[in-house]
Amino acid sequence: MLELIVISTLNGVLFGMLLFLMASGLTVIFSMLGVLNFAHASFYMLGAFFGFQISRWFGFWPALLIAPLLAGAIGAGVERYGLRRVHKNGHVAELLFTFGLAFAIEEIVQIIWGKSPVDFRVPPLLDFPAFTIFSTNYPAYKIFMLLVSVAIFAALLITLKKTRIGLIVQAALTHPHMVGHLGHNVGRIFMLVFGVGTALAAVAGVIAGPALVTQSNMAGLLGPILFVVVVVGGLGSLPGAFVASLLIGLVQTFAVSINGSLSEAFGPLSPAYATTWLADIWNVTVAQIAPIMPYVLLVLILIFRPMGLLGTRDT
Amino acid sequence: MLEVRDLHAYYGKSHILQGVDMHIDAGEVVSLLGRNGVGRSTTVKAIMGEVPPQGSIWFKGADIAGLPSYRIAHLGLGYVPEHRDIFPGLTVRQNLMLGIKDPRRAGKWRLEDMLEMFPNLAARADTAAGVLSGGEKQMLTICRTLMGDPELVMIDEPTEGLAPLIVQQVGDLIAEIARRGVAILLVEQKLSIAMRISHRLYVMGHGRIVFEGTPAELKANAAVRQEWLEV
Repeated sequence: MLELIVISTLNGVLFGMLLFLMASGLTVIFSMLGVLNFAHASFYMLGAFFGFQISRWFGFWPALLIAPLLAGAIGAGVERYGLRRVHKNGHVAELLFTFGLAFAIEEIVQIIWGKSPVDFRVPPLLDFPAFTIFSTNYPAYKIFMLLVSVAIFAALLITLKKTRIGLIVQAALTHPHMVGHLGHNVGRIFMLVFGVGTALAAVAGVIAGPALVTQSNMAGLLGPILFVVVVVGGLGSLPGAFVASLLIGLVQTFAVSINGSLSEAFGPLSPAYATTWLADIWNVTVAQIAPIMPYVLLVLILIFRPMGLLGTRDT
Repeated sequence: MLEVRDLHAYYGKSHILQGVDMHIDAGEVVSLLGRNGVGRSTTVKAIMGEVPPQGSIWFKGADIAGLPSYRIAHLGLGYVPEHRDIFPGLTVRQNLMLGIKDPRRAGKWRLEDMLEMFPNLAARADTAAGVLSGGEKQMLTICRTLMGDPELVMIDEPTEGLAPLIVQQVGDLIAEIARRGVAILLVEQKLSIAMRISHRLYVMGHGRIVFEGTPAELKANAAVRQEWLEV
C-alpha cells in the first residue's frame, strides 16, 4: 500500500508538471488574447513528432532544444499572420480559427508520419532504473522529465516576476492599451507570449513522447484534460493552473492505480446487492472510472465555483 | 509641436468629432474644456490612435494619424487616460519602471525624484498598486507617463472624483511638469485648475472647437462660458 502511494504520488506529480507546462501557456494566452486556443495541445503533439524526427537525424539532445524552438516559431507565426488578422472579426472567429487549426495540424501530422505510433524511444543515456523502492524500478527518464518540468517552471516564474519583459507581460494581462500608450509594442509581446506558450507545450511533447505514445491522436487525447486544468484552476490564473495541474495529475494516477470497488468496500455488509441489477455499479472499480474523473471535477467546479479555484472572473 | 487639422472620429455610426482644429507649441500648457460628452476624451484618444482618426495629426513634423500607439509614444507624446489604468498586481515601483521606454537612456525624470516628490508613493513603493487610494493612483499614472520622458503629455480628467485637497496636489504636479518645460494638453471640467495653469484654452461643443483664447479672454467672455461650460 505504501509502495502504491509513493509511486502514484511520483507519477501524479510528474503528470501534473507535464500538464502545467501546457496549461501555463494556454492560460497566459487566454488572459492576453481573451481566446481559448483550441490548438494548444496540437503544439504539444508537434513537439513530440518534431522531437522524434530530429532525434533520428541528430539525436535526442539536439531534439530537446530544436523541436520546441521550431514549434514556438510556428506558434508565433500563427499569432502574427493568423490570429491577429482573424481578431478583427471577433472572438467567435478566433475560436473557430484555433479549432480548425487543431484539425489541420492533426491531418498534416497524419500525412507525414501516418496514423500508427512512431518509435520514439527513451535516449540510451537515460534508459536505466534511477532507484528501486520496494519492488519497483523507477525509470531515470521519468526523473529527468520531472527535473525538466520543474526547471522550466522556475525559469518561467523568474522571468515573469523579475525581468522587465515579464513585467510588461503581466501589465499587458490587465491593461494592454495602457501598455501600448507607455511605448511598448503590445503586438510583439502577444506574438512572443504565443511563441513561448506553444514552445512550452512542445517541450512537454518532446519529453513526454518517449514515455507515452507518440501518435497522431495524442493532441485529441490530451486537449480536453488541458481545458479541464485551465477551467478548474481559473481561466487566466497561473497559480491556479499550477494547483489544478497537480490536482488532476494526482487524481488521475491515483484513480488508475486503485482497484477498489463498492463491493469490495461494502460487500461483506450486504452481499445481496451483488446479485441485483445494481451489480454493474457495485462491481465497477475506481480504475475503470479514472478517465472520467477530471470531467466530474470540471462539472463540480463549474457548478460550485465557476471562476475556478484561484481565478478571479467567471468562466 | 502638435498640430491637429479637421479631425473626425466615429463610434460606430455616431459622428463624435466633427472637424477639430487645434495646436500646441513646445512647452505650452493648453486646456481642453467642455461639458461631458462633447468629445474631449475622444479627441485625445483619436490623437493616440485608440479611436481611429480621420484628418491630419502632426507631431514634431511627423504625420502620426492612425499610427500604433507605441510608435506615437516613442516620438515623445505621453498620454494619461482618465481611468487611471494602473497595473494593480504590480508594485508602485514596478508601475513606474514600466513607464520607461528605453532603460538604457536616462530621462529628465528619475524614479528617485518621483518618490521624493510624493512621500505617499515612496512609503508604498513596494506594495501592490491596486491598494492605493484614488488620488495616489492618479499621481502614479501621471508619474508613470513622465518616466517615459514625453515632450508633450496629454492628461485626461486628472481630478475627476478626487477630494479638494488632492485636486490641489494634482494641480501642483501639473504646474511642476510645466515648469520643467514639458508641454501639456489638459482635458478638464473644473475651470479653476485650467484657469490657473493654462497659457491657452480651447472650449469644445458638439465635436468642434467653439472657443480659443487665453484664460483672461475666457473670463471676459461670459457668453461662451454660459453657452458651453456652465451647467
